[in-house]
Amino acid sequence: MVFSYFPGCTLKNKGARLDLCGRRAAEALGFTLEELPEWQCCGGVYPQARDEIATRLSSVRALDAARRKGQSLVTLCSACHHVIRRVNGDMQRDAQIRGAVNRYLQLDTPYEGQTQVLHYLEVLRDVIGFDELARRVTRPLTGQRIGAYYGCLLLRPSREMCFDDPENPTILEQFIRAIGAEPVYYAMRNECCGGYTVLEPGGRAQKQAGKVLANAAACGAQTLITACPLCMYNLQKSVGGELPVRYFTELLAQALGLEVES
Amino acid sequence: MNRDLTQTVARIAGVNPRACMRCGKCTGACPAYDEMEYHPHQFVSMVETGRIDELLRSKGIYTCLSCFACIERCPRQVEPARLIEAVRVLAERKQGADHLRPQDIPARLDPDMPQQAITSALRKYRR
Ligand code: SF4
Ligand code: SF4
Repeated sequence: MVFSYFPGCTLKNKGARLDLCGRRAAEALGFTLEELPEWQCCGGVYPQARDEIATRLSSVRALDAARRKGQSLVTLCSACHHVIRRVNGDMQRDAQIRGAVNRYLQLDTPYEGQTQVLHYLEVLRDVIGFDELARRVTRPLTGQRIGAYYGCLLLRPSREMCFDDPENPTILEQFIRAIGAEPVYYAMRNECCGGYTVLEPGGRAQKQAGKVLANAAACGAQTLITACPLCMYNLQKSVGGELPVRYFTELLAQALGLEVES
Repeated sequence: MNRDLTQTVARIAGVNPRACMRCGKCTGACPAYDEMEYHPHQFVSMVETGRIDELLRSKGIYTCLSCFACIERCPRQVEPARLIEAVRVLAERKQGADHLRPQDIPARLDPDMPQQAITSALRKYRR
């Protein structure tokens, strides 16, 4: 199985562990992530204004590149996934945006949202299967109590993301079980950590993240997992952030017995 | 009151504020409601009634976290976060009205901050 892969800017830098462990685990599980040549940053935030075209172009270029290779496009960072998935939806459903983007890009064949966008977790669930993943685990994380931190970007708006139940998601808990650990359910697992406002003065983002961590700790989580480098940063910086936060791919690689150099 | 601006905001957002039935679910879901002088359901109503000038001056357009909880929970597909963003881009499209300037960023960085924090803040707060 070969997929086009969009790593995004943060996974080339501060979020390198998310990428590295994800790639190594993919190899071990028998699927290949082919990084798109010359991809451009997705911008990190979906442009909700319908009259903004320039901010959608990098996503469409990536989607079109995957289409030309005849492959689905896999993402790993929650923010990249959110932006590219929603822009793809715009290209399928919004004639005004589709028209303006195509007039600008002048592709040989207009892009109309043909590419399938999959998050890495969706590949694990829908292509590999969590039962199969559990069979491949050589070093199960037995006895670890892990809280899934979904946050916002993978889940909402669910009409566009079509990722999981937005109010009671299960994919990360299934993942945690597959690697041999025990999922811890806590109320704030799909609440916002405030990450988009970390540059705003006032410490609001870290306060919000602190509530998430406190809730997870009170419910007995020993570790949190995330797919988002911005959530990771914000949770780690938050007031009283004693709970370790890891990328889900780090635990995946560990459970598969892979030594991934840092 | 400025009904023309209502039209402009609705066009940029691509949603219809008149579909709102004032149920308040958006505000109930909003993690930032106490940081917004006009809570999401009030914001929607003010767009509908043309009170855009007040919204353009409100700090709530910058404190929305873009968490999309209001969009998820709205039973009428009004999508309050889209209306908030539409007002914010209207404010920022005026010359010199950027909420975040590139020269402000270095002082707020720390060595662990991921790249996406900066790219997304510039996308949200600067035109
Ligand atoms: S997107 Fe903004 S307005 Fe809507 S619930 Fe989140 S913080 Fe509140
Ligand atoms: S949830 Fe929707 S319908 Fe209800 S008050 Fe908010 S915008 Fe209006």
